[in-house]
Amino acid sequence: MAITEQDVQASEDAPSVNYLNNGYGLKSWLLTKDHKRIAVLYIISISIFFALGGLFASLVRFELMTPEGDLMSSDTYNKVFSMHGIIMVFFFLVPSIPATIGNFLVPIMVGAKDLAFPRVNLLSWYVYVVAGILGTIAVVGGGVDTGWTFYTPYSSTYSNSNVILAAMAAFMAGFSSILTGLNFVVTIHTMRAPGMTWFRLPLFVWSHYATSLIMLLGTPVIAITLVLLMLERGFGFGFFDPNLGGDPVLFQHLFWFYSHPAVYIMILPSMGVMSEMVASVARKRVFGYEFVAFSSVAIAILGFLVWGHHMFVSSQSTYAGMVFSIITFLVAVPSAIKTFNWTATLYKGSIVYDTAMFYVYGYLGLFLVGGLTGLFLSSMGLDIHLHDTYFVVAHFHYIMVGGQVMGYLGGMHFWWPKITGKMFPDIWGRVSALLVFLGFNLTFFPQFILGYMGMPRRYHVYPDEFQVLNVASSMGASILALGYLVPGAYLTWSIFKGPKAPDNPWGAKGLEWETTSPPPTFNFEETPVVTEEAYQYGPIEEH
Amino acid sequence: MADHALHHDHPHGLAHQFEDMPQQKESAVIGMWSFLITEILFFGGFFATYLIYRSYYPEAFFEGSSHLDIPLGAFNTVVLIVSSLTMAMAVHKSHEGNKRGILVYLTLTGILGLTFLVVKYFEYSAKIEYGLVPGLVWHPHGENSPQLALFYSLYFGMTGMHALHMIIGIGLLIWVFVKTAQGTYTAEYNAPVEIFGLYWHFVDIVWIFLFPLLYLLGTQGGGH
Ligand code: HEM
Ligand SMILES: [Cu+2]
Repeated sequence: MAITEQDVQASEDAPSVNYLNNGYGLKSWLLTKDHKRIAVLYIISISIFFALGGLFASLVRFELMTPEGDLMSSDTYNKVFSMHGIIMVFFFLVPSIPATIGNFLVPIMVGAKDLAFPRVNLLSWYVYVVAGILGTIAVVGGGVDTGWTFYTPYSSTYSNSNVILAAMAAFMAGFSSILTGLNFVVTIHTMRAPGMTWFRLPLFVWSHYATSLIMLLGTPVIAITLVLLMLERGFGFGFFDPNLGGDPVLFQHLFWFYSHPAVYIMILPSMGVMSEMVASVARKRVFGYEFVAFSSVAIAILGFLVWGHHMFVSSQSTYAGMVFSIITFLVAVPSAIKTFNWTATLYKGSIVYDTAMFYVYGYLGLFLVGGLTGLFLSSMGLDIHLHDTYFVVAHFHYIMVGGQVMGYLGGMHFWWPKITGKMFPDIWGRVSALLVFLGFNLTFFPQFILGYMGMPRRYHVYPDEFQVLNVASSMGASILALGYLVPGAYLTWSIFKGPKAPDNPWGAKGLEWETTSPPPTFNFEETPVVTEEAYQYGPIEEH
Repeated sequence: MADHALHHDHPHGLAHQFEDMPQQKESAVIGMWSFLITEILFFGGFFATYLIYRSYYPEAFFEGSSHLDIPLGAFNTVVLIVSSLTMAMAVHKSHEGNKRGILVYLTLTGILGLTFLVVKYFEYSAKIEYGLVPGLVWHPHGENSPQLALFYSLYFGMTGMHALHMIIGIGLLIWVFVKTAQGTYTAEYNAPVEIFGLYWHFVDIVWIFLFPLLYLLGTQGGGH
């Protein structure tokens, strides 16, 4: 992408006070109410948990290199995959995009000075940190062995591990995301700049609005579920214990009532990132803007009606199963709308093969596979065969890691110049996107086959014939790990040594590109007035 | 942090991120309503659990309910309804910017809230005395014992969570009281009183559902 003279000019004229150099020292960060600084605090904290969760993933992959359980005992293995799941889901993936890129961009994109409740925003980070510390204590003090799903009776009658502590940590992490979601909903409703109508909002904001709705409506239900679980373990109340008249399956219903919508908390934000990047790399308005906007809301609503697809084999009636199965097929429609519309946006676009484009392609490919295999699983008959096998593990990793983590990394690259004011070497960005894409497929594609052949999840001893594919998967995992370490290295390098970023390095549209890089504390020198639709890129020039 | 946005005409009580008072007030109200929606879903999990087990074990639930003290429960219901009234009066006074009025009605609301908690304390003590606390002091009661325990687990879970909300409410009330006494709220700037009122009414309404579900159920007789 060519950097025009004007851009350079603009950034040199820019006021030298920005959100980063406006105050130094630990206190100016730990007591900040600036959404941009809080976003940076979140980026640092979730990176730590990503590394910790990755460590447990590596242990799982090491153990699975051989058919025997030679590296650790079954008990330890239970703990290792449980802690991998709990950390990755509650401490990394749920806050990943909303609390970082979303926190940074939502106020800027709507043209506001900050979120509606800056102190609540800071509070949400502190709640997250306390939750993280509790979680870490649970891990260090002996671990948890229930799986990230905390199913009863594994978590009530049959566990000697730190269930209450881990549940408390997940409960608090949920509270922190409720606070973030609440802030977004209010900000998007009341703080839009003059002229910023709902249908001029960038699609990133729409997807964060939908995500926030799920956070507000779903998270309290997991909270109460975990409270019931803690009461059961702590006081011997019998909500889920058949000996006391309780019903363990009720736990699964309550859990998935939240956790299925929550999987959309873990994908919708990256869809917002995609829309922004697709428009920018194709230099075109996103095809069918309204459809993409409403498909986010449709996903948020339909997502609440499908939890039973996790329970086809948990004593649910066939008719209930059929209904859940049909609605699950329906959820695929809005997701497909997005994929088609992004592709249509690229069609005849003026495509720039830079880092963002590489991540866009990677995301499209991986999300497609993840979404389509979801349709396999929503067919009741097939799911009886595939439930609790590696097929499921591969499916949700294609969405959560192939989708959301890919979107997170892509978005971090795309907005890196805005957040840090520095440019990264684009060639390395493209290399990292390729490494992630290749490593990811090598890690998780074999798991589809393993699952289809019948390898159950959550076991560390398996028949010899599964070894080849497991070794392939473990090799892929090391490439994938490299794909995550490399950006960590050159992005950090760029903070200190990278060239200064112009205000709008990609020539993209959107209010965030009209302010300086990095933005001033109150985002704009004066409140912007919006006069046009989102993504008004000029006519495409021939190359 | 340097606050260059401060102008001389900056209205009292307007936070830096807002353009004007109406925007700030609208944000506060939408924020509180959003929070209350999360609370509805939170208690919703309890109510769903209650309804499911009540339909599984109607006899045990009737029996459990008949051991609850209806007069005390009814008294507490009246206490909370009156406290909603005094809270509404406090909000009304805040619109007039009447500091003394707000303080008087907040005090009344607080006293009623504490009364509720004291009564609850006596009710809980009686249950402990009769061994009706599952997991802690539980003396088996006839053949329905396990299911009866379920009823009491729900009773303590739901009323305990409600009481916790009352305690938080009284904490917030003290904070609003102090702020009022310091003269923070005026006829123009009083959103905190109003949104605290929303919270208080919500907690009262939860009780309005708990009372019939838990206490009055037993009066239906053990039919079936
Ligand atoms: C980046 C975000 C990631 C998230 C959110 C995530 C999430 C999850 C979740 C929820 C589970 C289920 C755990 C359970 O069943 O209790 C799981 C299992 C697993 N993950 Fe990940 N994961 C991530 C990254 C990775 C990576 C990078 C690898 C490999 C290098 C990996 C390897 C595995 C394996 C092998 C299992 C299966 C454990 C088993 O059930 O036997 N994950 N992951
Ligand atoms: Cu699901």
